[in-house]
Amino acid sequence: MRFSGFRVFKEAVTGHKGWKPLWRNPEPKPAYDIVIVGGGGHGLATAYYLAKVFGQARVALLERGWLGSGNVGRNTTIIRSNYLLPGNQPFYEFSMTLWEGLEQDFNLNAMVSQRGILNLIHTDAQRDAYRRRGNAMILSGADAVLLNRDQVWAMAPFLNFDNARFPIKGGLLQPRAGTARHDGVAWGFARGADLAGVDIIQNCEVTGFRIEEGRVKGVETSRGYIGAGKVGVAVAGSSSRVMSKAGMRLPIESHGLQAFVTEGLKPTIPGVITFGAGHFYVSQSDKGGLVFGGDIETYKSYAQRGGLPVLEDVVEGGMALMPMIGRARLLRAWGGVADMSMDGSPIIDRTPVDGLYFNGGWSYGGFKATPASGYCFAHLLATDTPHETAKAMRLDRFERGYVIDEKGVGASPNLH
Amino acid sequence: MLIPHPLLGPRDAGEFTYLGDARLLERPDGLGPDAPAAFHDYVYLRDNIAGVQRELWFHEQGDRSWLVVTRDTLTHEILKAELARDVVLARKEAGK
Ligand SMILES: Cc1cc2nc3c(=O)[nH]c(=O)nc-3n(C[C@H](O)[C@H](O)[C@H](O)COP(=O)(O)OP(=O)(O)OC[C@H]3O[C@@H](n4cnc5c(N)ncnc54)[C@H](O)[C@@H]3O)c2cc1C
Repeated sequence: MRFSGFRVFKEAVTGHKGWKPLWRNPEPKPAYDIVIVGGGGHGLATAYYLAKVFGQARVALLERGWLGSGNVGRNTTIIRSNYLLPGNQPFYEFSMTLWEGLEQDFNLNAMVSQRGILNLIHTDAQRDAYRRRGNAMILSGADAVLLNRDQVWAMAPFLNFDNARFPIKGGLLQPRAGTARHDGVAWGFARGADLAGVDIIQNCEVTGFRIEEGRVKGVETSRGYIGAGKVGVAVAGSSSRVMSKAGMRLPIESHGLQAFVTEGLKPTIPGVITFGAGHFYVSQSDKGGLVFGGDIETYKSYAQRGGLPVLEDVVEGGMALMPMIGRARLLRAWGGVADMSMDGSPIIDRTPVDGLYFNGGWSYGGFKATPASGYCFAHLLATDTPHETAKAMRLDRFERGYVIDEKGVGASPNLH
Repeated sequence: MLIPHPLLGPRDAGEFTYLGDARLLERPDGLGPDAPAAFHDYVYLRDNIAGVQRELWFHEQGDRSWLVVTRDTLTHEILKAELARDVVLARKEAGK
């Protein structure tokens, strides 16, 4: 079933009787060449590219709950490629180019909207740092524009430019950044993978690995044993829990991350605006709600909810930056479990167990990475070599001293 | 979240900073033969338990003591709080 304007019209005049489920609901087979664990954005994208680009015919994806029940359905949908370090930035720019062709590629409207991201500048030192970052972005093929105060004013006159502590002096703009509909992304990859022959198996929790002589043979699941030539794990916040079943301890700590949305308002915020100094960022959804968030919880948590101190901190940041937000009513608050890595950067790599591969450590920023993460993980699973943009994202980089620490705060997962 | 401070009674978690797994009290020997591997493990790897774990909290906005707090990471329930000093001294006494 393909979507098109014609199809929508035809269904409209024939009573919408022709729509079918977007993917099958197959029973697991006894064995597959490749089994992907985790039906979030990254697992689904991996399965999609394995089947579509790397020609893998016998692939299954196992999801504990329902597709999109994890962080892919909980994030604030920001996509951007405005990183600094050479280990990260080419990868995120690769992801941005995949976003730009994604909807045509998987034939679903994921509402990819390149409305721009603006990082605000308050001091000379920050301007220098952002100028350097902008140059790093341009070197990787991305776009970046340094704005002065008047240019920021022209974009967002409602901001509090004369805050005594953080007056706005300019900003770094990435025009190609923006937002995408998170659920649509999960559905698009799921449907595309299913059409390409991947078995997507929901309500199937992986409870252990069968490992013989250092090589993975298959996975134990709540729906029985499933044999596998290779296993790729992409379970985000559950990374440590799942990999501990293969006897591994990871450079990862799980922390809660909250997000908030107001009632629907008329169009007011032009793109995504970040107020790093005040730990606050905001965008406006197509329905009109102001979607905003801030810091992760300082303490470890698997609870998929956050506490009031962070809520207070985030709304204080919002009030300092754009006092008009005080008139909006908060509609919902929710949380997800972020797999914070020890340097704040992700891991896409083999593991000490032959045939077992790991993808995780996405921290609070893995949604933007979804297409590239899937592509690079599929590349690794299919060819046993890392994709050229993901070469630095090694599991053993901490031991070798090659951390990718964007923020420069060291091995403090709650500070990245 | 309220942390039952052994000296000060229940205190708001916002007064504390969080360090993580209480295994960080067991610092490896920097001069030992396996020091590089032991320190990689100590600095970077975590059990990251889903369930009851012991962790270090620092009462920064209070009496500046380090506590070992026993907490359930699935429910945020706090089961116990001890002075880290007492925990370490008890371990030394037990000869470990
Ligand atoms: C509040 C919030 C806001 C965010 N905002 C942004 C943002 O604006 N931009 C951005 O780039 N990123 C953002 N992120 C981060 C981003 O959402 C995540 O990094 C990314 O979604 C993680 O990858 P995923 O989609 O594969 O994870 P998930 O969707 O969490 O997928 C993991 C899946 O694995 C499954 N699983 C776990 N254990 C097992 C098991 N044993 N067996 C089978 N399946 C299992 C889970 O059920 C889950 O469905 C945000 C995160 C949160 C929580």
